Amino acid sequence: MSVATKTVTAPPSFSRVGVLWASTVGKKALMALTGILLSLFVLGHLLGNLQLYFGRDSTGAYLINKYAEFLHHNKPLLYGTRTVLLVAVLIHVIAAFQLQLGKGAARPVEYHQKESVNSTVSSRYMFWTGVVIFFFVIYHLLQLTLGVVNVPGFREGDVFHNVTVGLRTGVAPLFYVVGMIGLGLHLRHGLYSTFQSLGAGNPAVSQWALKWAAVVATVIALVNLSFPLAVLAGLVKG
Amino acid sequence: MKLTLDIWRQKGASDAGRFETYTVEANEHMSFLEMLDVLNQELIGSGKEPVAFDSDCREGICGMCGFVVNGVPHGPVDNTTICQTHMRHFHDGERLRLEPWRAAAFPVLKDLVVDRSAFDRIIQAGGFISVRTGSAVDSNAMLVEKNKSDRAMTNAACIGCGACVASCPNAAAALFTGAKIAHLGLLPQGQPERTDRALNMVAQMGKEGFGHCTTIGECEANCPAHIKLEAIAQMNGDFLRAVFAKREESAGGGAG
Ligand code: HEM
Ligand code: FES
Repeated sequence: MSVATKTVTAPPSFSRVGVLWASTVGKKALMALTGILLSLFVLGHLLGNLQLYFGRDSTGAYLINKYAEFLHHNKPLLYGTRTVLLVAVLIHVIAAFQLQLGKGAARPVEYHQKESVNSTVSSRYMFWTGVVIFFFVIYHLLQLTLGVVNVPGFREGDVFHNVTVGLRTGVAPLFYVVGMIGLGLHLRHGLYSTFQSLGAGNPAVSQWALKWAAVVATVIALVNLSFPLAVLAGLVKG
Repeated sequence: MKLTLDIWRQKGASDAGRFETYTVEANEHMSFLEMLDVLNQELIGSGKEPVAFDSDCREGICGMCGFVVNGVPHGPVDNTTICQTHMRHFHDGERLRLEPWRAAAFPVLKDLVVDRSAFDRIIQAGGFISVRTGSAVDSNAMLVEKNKSDRAMTNAACIGCGACVASCPNAAAALFTGAKIAHLGLLPQGQPERTDRALNMVAQMGKEGFGHCTTIGECEANCPAHIKLEAIAQMNGDFLRAVFAKREESAGGGAG
């Protein structure tokens, strides 16, 4: 009896993360997931900031300062959250850059004439509104987290003072207005596109997402804008 | 009716190409391609090189034709191929600019003709589906949910013309690949290879150098076969599920 032998070569192993990152589809899914995470942060950040409008409690301390103290109290939570956000931003931004480069390579010769039949400012300029957000965030951190620009007499922990002084100093109003228009446009398309990127394409769901993304993005942008506008108008002051 | 045409002329892949201007006398009963036939007869008559453009069925079903007219793939009539567009949609004295599909993955071969074999390679990467050969299966033996069969048929209507790529600001082939993945992935016959099909077709789409989908929806608006953006979500979902569901081939499975 003969025994047939067969050399079995193991197929190349399949790296799930590698396959995701190597494809435009996987990269967009990662952008969608990190985008959701960042959007949740934006929402939480906005809700927390609303306390700017609620003044002081019975002990005379500004609510927003007490809230900031509470957030800074738990160091592991604070640094954990910051790390997660930083990693999310890195993934989101690196993927955005790579896809943007790929898009350029995919059409090396431009059309001499090209009409848009079905697009919005928000959907066409996702990359550029992203860049606006990026520079806004850097400015925002330099200003109100580190206190190195546009906050005369920055006081660590006195958020109420820093905000009411900072938001009307120098170029700050410009940064906030442009930044929030950028954020609103980014979210208007991003929150809708996320569903598509993650595979939820049922037309009923897409129509719903298209509508609510616009509503949520507008509300987020307007409420965020209300802070610098209220400070400029002198409605909240120290 | 008299028309002025600015047509992209390019001798071959290595030629830089340029627009050249022609005038042509047409009537509104002609199809767009018949109007170009008239122009070409005149060019041939005067010893000039005719304008190269692709066409085959001229019935809107084969997907051979296609170029950009005044910035819109397949011209101004919604969801219609250029071969099925008639001159009555234009008016006397109009000036039209004719340009080939522009994408790295669709190199210009000549004038308005581009090489779309990248699409063929994406289809090939999808591989086969397992069907039993032999005597015909009883037609009702395999039940298909009505909704799914409708969606599969909608996606199967893709004629592979490339207008989705041409219209996409990112030159993405997501609508095409999505339609191909969705039409098989929705049917019971497409299940055994569903995982590998999604992985391989998406990988090939990347290798061919198409861009990424940003859900802008130009493709859907320009598609002559009415393929919907939902096809892209189906591709995304199938691909993501496949990435996590993929198992290494094992030697097991019993004697056989
Ligand atoms: C507050 C920060 C941010 C939030 C909440 C956010 C949110 C989102 C969301 C939800 C998406 C949708 C993902 C998808 O289409 O599947 C998205 C897409 C995108 N984001 Fe952001 N993003 C932020 C910051 C940035 C930054 C800093 C950049 C830097 C360049 C950027 C660039 C992009 C691009 C290019 C896309 C589109 C991906 C595409 O469709 O091509 N984003 N973002
Ligand atoms: S020539 Fe066949 S679809 Fe236009």
